[in-house]
Amino acid sequence: MAFPDSLILSADGTGSHPRFALLRRLLRRPSALCGLVLMAAILAMAVLAHPLYPDDPLDMVAAPFLHPGTDAAFPLGSDMLGRDLAAGIFHGARISLLIGVVAALVSLVIGIGIGALSGYYGGRIDAGLMRLTELFQTIPPFLFSLAIVAILQPSIATITGAIGITAWPGLARLVRAEVLKLRHSELVEASISLGASDARIILLHILPNVLAPIVVSASILVASAILSESSLAFLGLGDPNVVSWGGMVGAGREVIRTDWYVATIPGIAILAAVLALNLLGDGLNDALNRKGQRR
Amino acid sequence: MRRYLRRSLWQIGIVVLGIATINFFLLHLAPGDAAEVMAGESGAATAEYMAALRQQFGIDQPLYLQFLRYVGHLLTLDLGYSFREGMPVAELMRQRLPATLLLMGSSTALAVSLGCVLGFMAARRAGKIADTVISTLALLFYATPVFWVGVMLVMVFSVALDWLPIGGMTSIEAGYRGWALAGDVARHLVLPAVTLGLFYLAIYTRLVRASMLEVYHLDFVRTARAKGVRPWRIATRHVLRNALLPVVTTLGVQLSSILGGAVLVETVFSWPGLGRLAFEALFHRDLALLLGILFCSSLVVVFVNLAVDLIYTLLDPRIELS
Repeated sequence: MAFPDSLILSADGTGSHPRFALLRRLLRRPSALCGLVLMAAILAMAVLAHPLYPDDPLDMVAAPFLHPGTDAAFPLGSDMLGRDLAAGIFHGARISLLIGVVAALVSLVIGIGIGALSGYYGGRIDAGLMRLTELFQTIPPFLFSLAIVAILQPSIATITGAIGITAWPGLARLVRAEVLKLRHSELVEASISLGASDARIILLHILPNVLAPIVVSASILVASAILSESSLAFLGLGDPNVVSWGGMVGAGREVIRTDWYVATIPGIAILAAVLALNLLGDGLNDALNRKGQRR
Repeated sequence: MRRYLRRSLWQIGIVVLGIATINFFLLHLAPGDAAEVMAGESGAATAEYMAALRQQFGIDQPLYLQFLRYVGHLLTLDLGYSFREGMPVAELMRQRLPATLLLMGSSTALAVSLGCVLGFMAARRAGKIADTVISTLALLFYATPVFWVGVMLVMVFSVALDWLPIGGMTSIEAGYRGWALAGDVARHLVLPAVTLGLFYLAIYTRLVRASMLEVYHLDFVRTARAKGVRPWRIATRHVLRNALLPVVTTLGVQLSSILGGAVLVETVFSWPGLGRLAFEALFHRDLALLLGILFCSSLVVVFVNLAVDLIYTLLDPRIELS
C-alpha cells in the first residue's frame, strides 16, 4: 500500500521539523532553487511597489520614449505616454500575484470541494459532479473567461472570478482520484468505526493526506492564472484602473517598429513569474513525491 | 460500439444543454435585458432591431420559456444574428473557419512531431547535456506568454530582418493565384503557426520525455533488454510506442485550450480566423457572436474527445469502449 506523501515527509526528515526537511529537499535541486529565488524577487517587487513608487504607475511622469538606461531616474525607460516602465513592472507584480493567487484559491476551493465530495460519496453524487466537471472541461477555458469578463465588465474581481471558475476541473479530477485511493483505507475505516462524521473524516483525515499533489497543482494554478490574466489584459480586458504586465505588452505592441523595449520588458516579467512558479511546482513535485526521488 | 455511441450522444446532449444554460445565465448576469446586451453597447441598434431581438428572446415571457426558446434556437444551430457584421453568426463563423483550421492544424502538426522527436531525444539521454538543454528550453517555452512570443517574433523576423510578413493571410495587393497564392499563404503562416506551436511543443516534449522515462522502468522493457534487444530498437519499438498514448490524450485535451491560444495569436498576426473573430466580437461587445463562438468551440471539443476515444482503441487494442 502506498503511504500518503505527507506522512513520508515527516517520517524521513532528519529529526528536525518536517517543514524544514521539505525546504532542504527543495533547495537541493538547482531548478527549484532558481524558482525560489525568482519568486522571492517578484514577491519583493510586489511588496516594494508602494514604498518605491508611491505614485500611480499609470501617471505620466517622464518624457515619452525614454530608452532604458538613458535616464538614471527611469532605469527601464518610459512608454509612449511617458509612464515609468519600472513603476509599471513593480506595481504589475502586485496585481499579477494578487489575481493569480486569489484566482488559484477560487479554483482550489471549487476543485477540492467537488473532487473530495465526488470521491468520498461516489454513486449519484459522483456521477452528477463528474458530469459538471466534464462540462466545464469541454468549454475552452480561456474563451470562457474571456466571455465572462466581457459580459461583466473588466475589474480585478471579475477577472479573478472568471479565471478561477474556469480552471478547477483538472484539480477536481486529481483530488477525486486521490480521495478514491484513500476511501477504503484502514485510516478511514478506523475513523468511521470510531464514529467520526463525514465532514471530519474528509477535512481532518483525507485532505491532509492528499496535500502533496494539491500543493503542486496550486503553484501551477497560480502560474496559469497569471498567464490568463496577462492574456486578458493584452486583449484589452484588463482592469482599466490598474497596471498589468499583459496590458503593457499590448500597449507596447503598437510601437514595435521603433521602440522595441516597451513590449519586451513586461513580457520578460510575465515569463519570469510563470517560470518561477513552474520551477517551484516541479521542485515541490520531486520533493514531495517518493517516485521522483528515486530518479 | 453501439452502446458507446448511444452513451456519447447522451453525453453530447448534456453538454449542449449545460453550455446553453451557462450562456443563458451569463446573458442574464449582464446589466440590462438580453436584447440590450445582444445589441451591444455601441448604441447603434435601431428601435426595430431591438424590438425584433426582444421578440426573438421572448423577453415578455417567463424565464423558463425564455430558456426553452434559447435552447431550441441553439439545437437548430440558430446562433443568432450579429448586428455589427449584419450577418447570421453561423455564416460569419463558417467564413472564418478555414483560416483557423489551417493555423491550428499546422501548429499542432509542428508541436506534435517536433515535440515527439525532442522528447524522445531527451528521454534517451536523460540526465545528460542534451536532456538538460531540451528540458530547459521546453520549460522556457512553457512559461512564455503566447502573445509575447508573437510580438517578439514579429519584431525580429518582420520588422528587423524583414524576412516574413507582419500579419494577415495573403498579400491581397499582389493578386496571386494558384501555387503563388499557396506559397504566399505559407509565408504568412510561418510566424503564427510557430507562435501557437511553441507552447504546445513544450508540452509534448515534456510529456513524451516523462512518459518514456516511466515506460523505461516497466518489466517488459527489462525483459527486452535481457533478451539482448538493441537499445535503439527498445527505445523506438517498446518505449516510444507505449509512451505515445498520453500524447493522444493530451491532443484531445489541448484542443480546448488551443482555441484560446488562437484568439491571442490571430489577434497579434491579424490572421482572419475564428480567434480574430472572437476578438472583434469582444471589441465590439458583440455578445451573440462571442457566445456563438464559445458554444461551437465547446461542441468541437466534445467531438474531438469522441475521436480521441476511438483512436485509443486503434492504438491499444486492450482498451475497449465502454
